[in-house]
Amino acid sequence: MKHKTTNLLLCGVGGQGILLASEIISSALMRAGYDVKQSEVHGMAQRGGSVVAHLRYGTKVYSPLIELGEADFAVSFELLEALRYLPYYSKESKVIINTQKILPAPVSTGVETYPSDVLDQLVGRRLAVFPMDAFELARSAGEARAVNMVLVGALSVFLPVKEEKFLEAIEGRIPEKIRKVNIDAFVKGREKVSALQGKKRK
Amino acid sequence: MKPKNDKKEKLLLSGNEAIARGAYEAGVKVASAYPGTPSTEILENLSTYKGIYTEWAPNEKVAVEVALGASFAGVRALASMKHVGLNVAADPLFTAAYTGVRGGLVVITADDPEMHSSQNEQDNRNYAFAAKVPMLEPADASEAKELIKTAYRISEEFDTPVLFRTTTRVSHVKGIVSMGNMETSAANPGIEKMPEKFVMLPAHARNRRIELEKRMVRLREFAETFPGNRIEWGNKERGFITSGVSYLYVKEAFPEASVLKLGMVYPFPEKLIRDFAKEVGELFIVEELDPFIELHVKAMGIPCRGKELIPSMGELNPRIVRASVMGGKARAIFEPVPIPMRPPNLCPGCPHRGIFYALSKLGLFVAGDIGCYTLAALRPLSAMDSCVCMGAGIGTAFGMEKALGKEALGKIVAVIGDSTFFHSGITGLIDIVYNRGFTTVIILDNRTTGMTGHQPHPSSGMTIRGDLTTAIDIEALCRAIGVQHVVSVNPNDIEATQKSVKQEIERPEPSVIIAKSPCVLLPEMKKRKDRKLYLIIPEKCTGCRTCLKLGCPAIEWVPLTPEEAKKLGYKESQKGYSRINAVLCDGCGQCAPLCKFSAIVVEGKDEA
Repeated sequence: MKHKTTNLLLCGVGGQGILLASEIISSALMRAGYDVKQSEVHGMAQRGGSVVAHLRYGTKVYSPLIELGEADFAVSFELLEALRYLPYYSKESKVIINTQKILPAPVSTGVETYPSDVLDQLVGRRLAVFPMDAFELARSAGEARAVNMVLVGALSVFLPVKEEKFLEAIEGRIPEKIRKVNIDAFVKGREKVSALQGKKRK
Repeated sequence: MKPKNDKKEKLLLSGNEAIARGAYEAGVKVASAYPGTPSTEILENLSTYKGIYTEWAPNEKVAVEVALGASFAGVRALASMKHVGLNVAADPLFTAAYTGVRGGLVVITADDPEMHSSQNEQDNRNYAFAAKVPMLEPADASEAKELIKTAYRISEEFDTPVLFRTTTRVSHVKGIVSMGNMETSAANPGIEKMPEKFVMLPAHARNRRIELEKRMVRLREFAETFPGNRIEWGNKERGFITSGVSYLYVKEAFPEASVLKLGMVYPFPEKLIRDFAKEVGELFIVEELDPFIELHVKAMGIPCRGKELIPSMGELNPRIVRASVMGGKARAIFEPVPIPMRPPNLCPGCPHRGIFYALSKLGLFVAGDIGCYTLAALRPLSAMDSCVCMGAGIGTAFGMEKALGKEALGKIVAVIGDSTFFHSGITGLIDIVYNRGFTTVIILDNRTTGMTGHQPHPSSGMTIRGDLTTAIDIEALCRAIGVQHVVSVNPNDIEATQKSVKQEIERPEPSVIIAKSPCVLLPEMKKRKDRKLYLIIPEKCTGCRTCLKLGCPAIEWVPLTPEEAKKLGYKESQKGYSRINAVLCDGCGQCAPLCKFSAIVVEGKDEA
């Protein structure tokens, strides 16, 4: 087990299931024997606003917050949000992005425009970017709302935790009725990242 | 979540879940609270344990009184609230410090540095000093669970209520917590008449005042050897005194340094502080918000540095702590890029949108209140002109009326949520009736406490555990107070709502408008089958942008270049068109009548 604390930043839009996703990831890490701290904000911040959760794991974790420039991984549940938390990224950050667009109020009311070059801006900074249409992947798994599980699956490929620990975490948290679609969505996310990694190697 | 009973099991819990678990293990029997971020989940979780009476009280003052009564009856009791809630509950708390307890009594205050979901960031450690009660403060979930049990032991041993302070980064941070053994109260449940202790008429209170000072002396002695106040020796060049989540930031920023960690932030262990200060080179006090520890250390004549380096506003983090102590500024690797903001917004289908759209058209001064609907102050609705604290909308509107006299008629309105009305709006309304006012009060009856996550309230007809109960009739209540004109409107019908508001504000007598429409996030509303979704017929949209003034997340503006406009059959001068995002539309229908070109229609019905 490595001694350095690893930092995972999850961001997106209130209502996308970010808190549940970070709970599943934390639970899997705990089951794998790591110390975990996970920070989130409730209340006013959740009404369709930008939401961020910090998750840190290692042998012993003190601070619940990730420092600027220290995120090892970022998972953005929405395209634009991947750019909002840029100051948290390091040169080595791996950024998993759901390319789905959810228009923020200034855009939907026609006051501002949605930037068209989000991925280019990230790639231009030489960040390792893993874009995917998690909404479509979730839909193909049978539940459009399982975007969060697709992204948990995508992230899981990079973490030093066996797949079965994630499955145990999902089983421990998701009601049986909707468990299968969530696991299917999780698997879709894993496969997608593996495919992207294969492409990168070529 | 219902943790199992096998002890030593480890669970991933938030600070709030850990506090609930700790209270359960401490044998708490009665717990009362009013929801408020970041404290809400404490009672929500506690209500899932068997053998504990839990309730949502109408406000925090009542919550503390209920808990105090339970303590008088000889059981362990708890009240929890957000930081500003303790302002409401300060009255019983200050005198409970005199009466003391029978069963252990713990009052939890969850502070919100950085104001993630609050109107101010007051530092409630000051209440411990002012009320003369001990205060414990954990750094994380694991410590919180242990410390809450300690709080009950202290409460009973020293015959005092105990304040227990968390902050957002303790309440809402999950960590690994070990389950522990069950404890029981030293007190016996039952009725015991102890007027010298419980009846605080001056003669008794003077005696209890003396007891209070004696208790503080004993507590100070206790603080010296209390294991929650501990020194972690390291490099002695720098020493840090800290508490709460700030302790974790210090450990992260200066892992090698010596630290005095206070688990009890009031009263202070003076000898321990002196011993620590003597041994270290330079002494730093790291704490969020006020210089609470720092002022005390300085008053002891010990040189130290605190707020001259460390910000007294907002949250801290390891980077701020490091940069404050070491000097210099830590920079991020990537600078932020300018992108559109994503402010929180009222949900698609939210009935509040209808009433505030109507108010924005009338150009009134809207004295608002605390809840989701405070978001109506933001663009494009921009329909709230003041918001101070729970219930303040009514009082401030009435104060403006009295300041301006007849001049104010038809120009000012108070708006308050249903849960907020029960919390502290009723007395304001009584003032209007009693003192011959004419202020109009709009009560937003959406049947729930929305912002904090749908807790039932006195007119929901349901308790915290979902048991059915009497639903207090808001209309009957207002009439009983003496308001002659009480009307109900459906806020989704904007035109009718606007008409009602206009009529009531012109009345030279008190009036109440109840805007009735359930929160669309309530389970029964989410499940409803009769939902009609709306769409915009593209050919009919002229790009006038009227519908955008609702600020509904489901209505999206699609900008067009002149060429694109022409290609789509619009006038070249048309800058764009509106469309409804079918995934987001909730079918409230507020937008349809606003369109002068009848472009907004029910899906599959009037489409032609």
